[in-house]
Amino acid sequence: MQALALIIVAMNEGDHGSAKSRRRVFLRSALAIAAMPLLPAHAEAGALRIGLTPVFLDDQLSFLTRWRAWLERQLKRPVVFVQRGNYREVLDLIRGGKIDFAWICGYPYVRYRHELRLVAVPLWRGRPYYQSYLIVPADDAKSNSLTDLRGKVFAYSDPDSNSGYLYPQYRLTALGENPSTFFSRHFFTWGHRKVIEAVGAGLADGGAVDGYVWETLAEFHPKLTGATRIIERSPEFGHPPFAARADIAELELRQFRAVLLGMSSDTEGAELLRLLRLDGFVAGRGSLFNEIARMAARVRRT
Amino acid sequence: MAAVLGTALAVTAALVTREYDEMSQNLEAHAKSLARVLANTLVAPVLHDDIWRAYEIIQSARDPAAIAPELQADVVLVTDSEYRVFVSSRPRAFPIGSSLASQGGAYGRLRAAMLEGKPTEQKVIDPADSAHYFVMSPLVADGVALGHVVLGYSKISFLPRFIGLVGRAALVTLLVLIVIMPIAWVSARRTGAPLLALAEAMRHVPGGLEVARLAELPASRDEIGQLGDAFVRMVGELKHKQELESQMLVSERLAAVGRLSAGIAHEINNPLGGMLTAIKTWQRHGSGDPMAGQTLSLLERGLDQIRHTVAALLVETKPEDRAFQPADIDDLLILVEAEARARLVHVVVESSLVAPLPLRATLLRQILLNLLLNAVAAAEQGGLVQLNAEAKDGKLKLAVCNDGQHIPDDQLAYLFEPFASGREKGHGLGLWIVYQIVQQLNGGLFVESEPGGCTTFRVEIPYVEPA
Repeated sequence: MQALALIIVAMNEGDHGSAKSRRRVFLRSALAIAAMPLLPAHAEAGALRIGLTPVFLDDQLSFLTRWRAWLERQLKRPVVFVQRGNYREVLDLIRGGKIDFAWICGYPYVRYRHELRLVAVPLWRGRPYYQSYLIVPADDAKSNSLTDLRGKVFAYSDPDSNSGYLYPQYRLTALGENPSTFFSRHFFTWGHRKVIEAVGAGLADGGAVDGYVWETLAEFHPKLTGATRIIERSPEFGHPPFAARADIAELELRQFRAVLLGMSSDTEGAELLRLLRLDGFVAGRGSLFNEIARMAARVRRT
Repeated sequence: MAAVLGTALAVTAALVTREYDEMSQNLEAHAKSLARVLANTLVAPVLHDDIWRAYEIIQSARDPAAIAPELQADVVLVTDSEYRVFVSSRPRAFPIGSSLASQGGAYGRLRAAMLEGKPTEQKVIDPADSAHYFVMSPLVADGVALGHVVLGYSKISFLPRFIGLVGRAALVTLLVLIVIMPIAWVSARRTGAPLLALAEAMRHVPGGLEVARLAELPASRDEIGQLGDAFVRMVGELKHKQELESQMLVSERLAAVGRLSAGIAHEINNPLGGMLTAIKTWQRHGSGDPMAGQTLSLLERGLDQIRHTVAALLVETKPEDRAFQPADIDDLLILVEAEARARLVHVVVESSLVAPLPLRATLLRQILLNLLLNAVAAAEQGGLVQLNAEAKDGKLKLAVCNDGQHIPDDQLAYLFEPFASGREKGHGLGLWIVYQIVQQLNGGLFVESEPGGCTTFRVEIPYVEPA
């Protein structure tokens, strides 16, 4: 993971020119070259650049390698995954046209709907929906709703996450509370998995996470989720979708959508979906995210 | 042995102490540098209020499977400028936003320690009543303290390593002892055993000088060997002195007995002579009364016996006598022969005498006859009696030995006294007479009796060669 992070920095360095010292540039190049087999074509012309965010377990490198190889075979062109420390940076990249596609949350999708194009929505448990979970440490038997967490420490995943930020904000707003003063302290972990870790360790008294991530993690790392307890499940929202930059070529969009939609009917693709604990992708409609848009509007008003 | 043990223990203790100091110094240096690194790294997250990032950083400073658990901070605390917990490695024990003072105990005192001294310097706090000690490093941004990083180390976790250290040291000491002990034991025995033998021998002084003299003492050239030699010499001289003393005692007693018996003999002899003369006068001129004659004859025999006994007690030397000749010995053998044959005792003579000696023959014959008769009587049935005679260095040396029963030491001292004989036969004056004669001739008389060996009487009589 660390090596990957370095490479990403190295790839990004081109954007900022060569103000850095020679040594550091060399070091990064060396690292980048060393990691070539994993993520090649960082400067490859014609590579499809796909931004990833922690709307799924994006820290499983072996899975990403397999998935990228599969996508390259399907698309018959190089594919580059681009990961960043938070949603915002990925969004900036796609809004600025620096990447072609991104798997993002429904919340930023509705916010920048006019700058993005919907590509596909994952099917989780057969439907394109997911929930936000409010969790508390497993050893906290007293807290049973969000209101019980008044004056406590709360962990959000990312300010651009629906399940990990918007929903609890909306809930508090709907309850007539001021989300910025309801908790004594809050912090962002920049990832759903880390919210689960923070709550499990007792660092935060409560947290909001992507229900799909929580359930998936419960299968892979039951210890992590076992240290937390779900006290509230949100209504269903549109599952974080794949979006494309607004000026994407129609052909590229269709090709990529077709690959995603055909994933479940391909042997390797189905295996990859199984690892993601997803059932496939559907084209989806923008209206799937209307509820998120409504919540966002409500929170913004207050 | 105790010295070896003591040395081993002292060396071990010194090593352990040194190691302990080194360990605690290492630990402190490690803690300080870790605290400094953490403080530098945590400035940005604290400044940006990024609790999760700060948490990840302090978690990364802890390795749950560390090789050296005592180098593991038990707790890492990051406090803000209000001395409240910004984040901690144990959020349940130290929740975000809680005050250190609310923890009480040593933690409560940390706040006071943070206020002391320069706000930008590192501090080590070791409260005596706490199971932890703390290293504090301030989070400094642009000269302003944003808060502190506190590393709490368990004093107890330090123990297992220390115990391990002591254990290893003990093991090494034990191994060394296992090697050294036998060597030390052997060496101690080599030093101690002779001393013990010497001490054991000394225990017999002065009671059992013979045992002490025969004790096996080390024959080495070192101090102990010299000590042993000196001891043997001392015992020898003591024994010699004791022998002299007992001899003197015997001689004095014999002299006293001699004076007493001589006095008594004279007192008896005078009236005795008168009484015998009176009897003789009556026998010559008496009335012829048979009854009186018979009675007086009885009296005469009794008085005669008294006279003989007294005469034996009081050996009178007569000045005129012939010189002692080698043939006298042959005569004596003839005298003894009948007695010897009766007891089947074999008498052997080894004589180197060839010429007459200027000594009075009667007295010497009396001496030899007494000794030979005694020897024949004392010898075993069918045993052996041996007579040695030689003249040498102006002395006539006679030795009569028999293979008869050993004379116990306690009897030897009284052997020459009158009536000391244990035998039923004889009047008990034989050896007394020999002693008296030897005394009068300025000679020496010795007796040796060894259990299972011979009993030997030696006589040495000096003579002056006629010019």
